[in-house]
Amino acid sequence: MQNVMTKQFSYIGIALILAIIFPLVVTNTAVQHVAILFFMFAMMAVAWNIMGGYAGMFSFGQVAFFGIGAYTSSFLLISYQVNPWIGMIAGGLVAAFVAAAIGYPCSDLRGHYFAIASIAFGEIVRIHFNNWKLVGAAEGLSLPMLDGGFKDFMFHSSKLPYYYIMLAFLIIALIVCYLISTSKMGYYFRAIKESHDVAKVLGINVVWYRLIAIMVSAFLTAMAGTFYAQYVLYIDPESVMLLPISIQLVLISMLGGAGSVMGPVIGALVLIPLSEFTRIWLGHRGTGIDMLIYGFLITLISMYQPKGVWGFFTNMGKRAK
Amino acid sequence: MPEQLMQQIVNGLLIGFMYALIAIGLTLIWGVMNIVNFAHGDFLMVGMFTSFWLYTLYGLDPLFSIPICTLLLFVMGLLIYRFIVSKVMAGPMLAQLVVTFGVSIFISNLAVYWWSPDFRLIAKPLLSGTWDISGVQLSIPKTVASIGSIVTSLFVFLFLKKTKTGKAILATEMDREAALLMGINTERINSLSFGMGAALVGIAGAFLSTYYYIYPQVGGVFGTIAFCVVALGGFGSISGAFIAGILVGLVQTLGGFFFDPSYKYAIVFMIYLITVWIRPQGLLGW
Repeated sequence: MQNVMTKQFSYIGIALILAIIFPLVVTNTAVQHVAILFFMFAMMAVAWNIMGGYAGMFSFGQVAFFGIGAYTSSFLLISYQVNPWIGMIAGGLVAAFVAAAIGYPCSDLRGHYFAIASIAFGEIVRIHFNNWKLVGAAEGLSLPMLDGGFKDFMFHSSKLPYYYIMLAFLIIALIVCYLISTSKMGYYFRAIKESHDVAKVLGINVVWYRLIAIMVSAFLTAMAGTFYAQYVLYIDPESVMLLPISIQLVLISMLGGAGSVMGPVIGALVLIPLSEFTRIWLGHRGTGIDMLIYGFLITLISMYQPKGVWGFFTNMGKRAK
Repeated sequence: MPEQLMQQIVNGLLIGFMYALIAIGLTLIWGVMNIVNFAHGDFLMVGMFTSFWLYTLYGLDPLFSIPICTLLLFVMGLLIYRFIVSKVMAGPMLAQLVVTFGVSIFISNLAVYWWSPDFRLIAKPLLSGTWDISGVQLSIPKTVASIGSIVTSLFVFLFLKKTKTGKAILATEMDREAALLMGINTERINSLSFGMGAALVGIAGAFLSTYYYIYPQVGGVFGTIAFCVVALGGFGSISGAFIAGILVGLVQTLGGFFFDPSYKYAIVFMIYLITVWIRPQGLLGW
């Protein structure tokens, strides 16, 4: 057991060093951009995994939290000159609050019912932002140019700082997920995923722990939202609140292996470069061929590898012994 | 004011009957095999495009392409069940949820690839124009479509209640194991229900194509609304879906009228959330 642990940690160490060196070797900004997106989607998928993979709440409305994070920090920056870092924390808190407000009435929902409720929630939020004059309605928000630098969460000359910040965010999310999964709470989550009734009999406060999972997940997702706003400097409901982003997060987690700490990272590593590069190569706007391949892939994965790549590897490992 | 209000109620009813027909197909699939068909809206789109191309290429009016749409969608539903959905039935919950999303993205983007994302209309359908009934405008194609929806729903209802196959479907919906023990081939019932669900939405597509825009992403809104209708009516309940469809149509138009038209879909989604919160079994579910 000790051996397995050290082995795992050495793998993680190697991966980390590779991730740090990568942008210094590959200086192509298009590739760096894909790498940043990979970290961002990996982080959101890790956040999804906390509520979906561990606690069994399959959310298809995560994009609402992403959007809320992006909008909160941007709105505070534009209207009140609040520093984006503080805006990010505020965004996370707002998202967690909204998550609790919608999660509480949905406490009893499971499976399909929860999934559709989350779609409905995401769509309501999107429609509302699309019509909310205070935050620019359908026109969205353009962020003001600041001096640039770490303090302003804005960098004009290079993508590298964004790259390392997003990497750090991903690591934070992974640590949170790891701590949860190895703590008592992680076992409570899994019990709730298996059966609400059994969890209740075991004396687990199902409503409370489901809320914790949703709120942690929402907070982390909102952090990614602020990052996106600071990175692209322009947000509108069409870019930060669309349902396909939510679906992509579910898919990444499933492909990598829902319910394992590193699963979503592996899923994102496969899927994000794949979808970005097919879009670059095949996706002359409006032909739909990149999405065609994507849809086909989703169908194949759910048919033949529903437990994810991670499950595939762990099975191989077991067989090898 | 009363005339305007009357007009809104009529509009709500007319769209409500379409929602009802779409939702009946969805609730049938959901009730029998506990699978949410996220591609349901895209089946509708296929039905609409089928009738569009039959009209454009062969001059066949949408009204006459209904049988072809029905048959085509039935076969398509059967094939999708056989080769895709049945493969995940025993798999994890997440795979069951995601698989029809994949099908949905695939079908709608295939349509984009083949036919471009443009909006199309059937130029001169047989049915057009409006009746004016003391100031209230009654669109003729919409009225005919609503009558078609009522007739079809009645037919489905009778089929389920009166025929042996229909009773087998209902039995499977109630208790799969018991149905299996009674000698019902539940696998066959599954494919049949999936095919029927698709065929029903094909009929809806043909009717809808007489007056609605036809484009690859048209299924998105209709599909999502159908989920709300099914939830409100009670999962698996045909008559529930029918009544709920009409209710949702009314609430949507009246909500838009009194509140703000751009929020009309948000109101529908609110209905879903409130339903699953207060009465998770829906109006007529058990």
